[in-house]
Amino acid sequence: MSNRIDVKKTYKLFINGAFPRTESGRTYEIKSAKGVFIANPCQASRKDLKDAVVAARAAQPGWNKASAYNKGQILYRLAEMLEGRRAQFVDEITSVTGVTKIKAEKEVTESVDRLVWYAGWTDKLSSLSGALNPVAGPYYNFTIPESMGVIAAIAPETPSLLGLIDSIAPIIVGGNTVIVLASTKAPLSAMSFAEVIATSDVPAGVINILTGKKDEIAPWMASHMDIDGLDISGLAPKTHGEVRVAGAENLKRIYSFKSADPGRILAFLENKTVWHPIGL
Amino acid sequence: MSFEYAPAPESRSVVSIKPKYGHFIGGKFVTGAKHFPTINPATEEVLSHIALAGKAEVDAAVKAARQAYTSTWSKMAGKERGKYLFRIARILQERAREFAVLETLDNGKPIRESRDVDVPLAAAHFFYHAGWADKLEFAGLGTSTKPHGVAGQIIPWNFPLLMLAWKVAPALAAGNTVVLKPAESTSLTALLFAEVCQQAELPAGVVNIVTGDGSTGALIVNHPGIDKIAFTGSTEVGKLIARAVAPTHKSVTLELGGKAANIVFEDAAIDEAIEGIVNGIFFNQGHVCCAGSRLILQESVAEEVLDKLKVRMAKIRVGDPLDKNTDLGAINSKEQLLKIRELSAIGDSEGAQRWSAPCELPKKGFWFAPTIFTGVTQSHRIAREEIFGPVLSVLTFRTPQEAIDKANNTPFGLSAGIWSEKGSRILWASQQLRAGVVWANTFNKFDPTSPFGGYKESGWGREGGRHGLSAYLKGVGHE
Repeated sequence: MSNRIDVKKTYKLFINGAFPRTESGRTYEIKSAKGVFIANPCQASRKDLKDAVVAARAAQPGWNKASAYNKGQILYRLAEMLEGRRAQFVDEITSVTGVTKIKAEKEVTESVDRLVWYAGWTDKLSSLSGALNPVAGPYYNFTIPESMGVIAAIAPETPSLLGLIDSIAPIIVGGNTVIVLASTKAPLSAMSFAEVIATSDVPAGVINILTGKKDEIAPWMASHMDIDGLDISGLAPKTHGEVRVAGAENLKRIYSFKSADPGRILAFLENKTVWHPIGL
Repeated sequence: MSFEYAPAPESRSVVSIKPKYGHFIGGKFVTGAKHFPTINPATEEVLSHIALAGKAEVDAAVKAARQAYTSTWSKMAGKERGKYLFRIARILQERAREFAVLETLDNGKPIRESRDVDVPLAAAHFFYHAGWADKLEFAGLGTSTKPHGVAGQIIPWNFPLLMLAWKVAPALAAGNTVVLKPAESTSLTALLFAEVCQQAELPAGVVNIVTGDGSTGALIVNHPGIDKIAFTGSTEVGKLIARAVAPTHKSVTLELGGKAANIVFEDAAIDEAIEGIVNGIFFNQGHVCCAGSRLILQESVAEEVLDKLKVRMAKIRVGDPLDKNTDLGAINSKEQLLKIRELSAIGDSEGAQRWSAPCELPKKGFWFAPTIFTGVTQSHRIAREEIFGPVLSVLTFRTPQEAIDKANNTPFGLSAGIWSEKGSRILWASQQLRAGVVWANTFNKFDPTSPFGGYKESGWGREGGRHGLSAYLKGVGHE
């Protein structure tokens, strides 16, 4: 046994490419499956959400403008960085959730592979959802999918890493920026994933991560007038109705998903149709 | 020398309007309990009396639609469903003149538009979607798509038959049955469409039409027997519907308001742009959710464009909608006329300068002369709110980025226009504009193959094309 004292990590929020503490000063306690203290993550406030939305809005035009090839490489870079830190994520998942190491390894492997899968979608969305429309007249007419803007997401409680990936990647694939609320009970994967993001050439503000209480933050996300869409997959179905009512004020697009498929990407894209006459 | 136009009225003998109508439920016309008058907005003549559906009638319609869905329509092979839609398209073509005249009488729009736009496009929508009915597995949504079941559809008064076609054709092609409510002031072509369903021998209950006002619409929106709501109308009502269905299992599509920017760059072909501006705002009396109601002119050409626009506007022929030479018909209702007058008066009081085309307006009926406001700023209500009439707000810009910023400075996002002779500028602007439909060097063009619908508060979903079809199918990746 070594007598060395561990250097423990302070788990903070991830907003605009930086790691601030919550402005509210609030934290909550995370214990291991065996009841041992692990960390005091931030309990994000409404102001933290507002700050994240401001960052996401500011970052959106730049991210949208990046070529699909560039976006794909950045998403792939996330997979590369995650692959290199597998052990850290396996440790965090096993300590917080109490699952076996084999199960945790499986989740981390799937997470890396899922990121690679999403990375390959960036330059195929217009093949999937675009169209040249044969209108009855001398017009060139096409429809292309386009980013919706700023999207918020509530990640599921478990799996804490894979669920987080599914709450981030499909949203940013097509040029949106995201504010994700991590698993409340198992937020360590999310805060460590922020370190992966910070080293993957993802521009500041494209991905913002909050930790805290879902019941508190979900209604703020739903009623925020500068959020265009909301993924509520991580919320209990019985609360979906209430959140949808709050989101109606700016006709926010609110969806819940059960799986990772291209529909999950397309849900937060708009389709734009452009007409131009053909003639001499 | 001046030329006078002789009157050229389209004959109304092609239509026969009953003094009173009921609802179309389960393949039959059933008597209504209460009735309200429907008028010709050009003359204020009472055309007929329309039934007001209450709970009993809506219940009966939903029950008929469910019965038809369960016993017939959901079991029928797609190729057979498609044949019914092809039949409907053909009958609409055969009876096109009758529909056009009836639409013009009930709505007030010029016969030139109902004859050349509304009715042919309605037939085209049925023809297009008919072909989808047996090809749903190739719609790009996976092979296990299913219809929602019973669709409740609520449509507006600006394009009564065409909006019916936009709603009913994809719903039926995808295998849903429908309960449709036309707008209170324009029910007649929907009721004539019920006859088309009978002539096409469409199975009873696949299409049900209940007439009424907003209270009937609310009964449909809140009905537990309906699986899918499709609404076209105001953003205000759209939000009420979004809230009402939020706690339910219902799927929703909304086509709502707009305040489209029509941007004219200094290198535009000005004469073509003038025609586009006129078509953008004065088509259908400006009763168009995607109307180009904010003209955004580059300063260097603003004076030239406005001078030419006024000359062109003075030539717009306002009057008898049945006259084949009429360009601008009647405002659809007294209520809408009052709203247009109110917002225009606010334009005056906020300091914009009004100019109306010099034209004689008929004594009877509801009329508003083609009007532009110059000196409009972004904070003016006439630059922010949908007027839904022949009123154009004019703003100016210096740099292309300023044009885009002004164009996007709205909670709406339905459509936009670009006028420029430079390809790269058109493509740049079309990328920057936050709108679902962008018309470049054209405006107000529609086609069943072309998805139509809005960003932001202009709605949810698309109508037309494969994208529009998907709104009537389940299994698209999210619940």
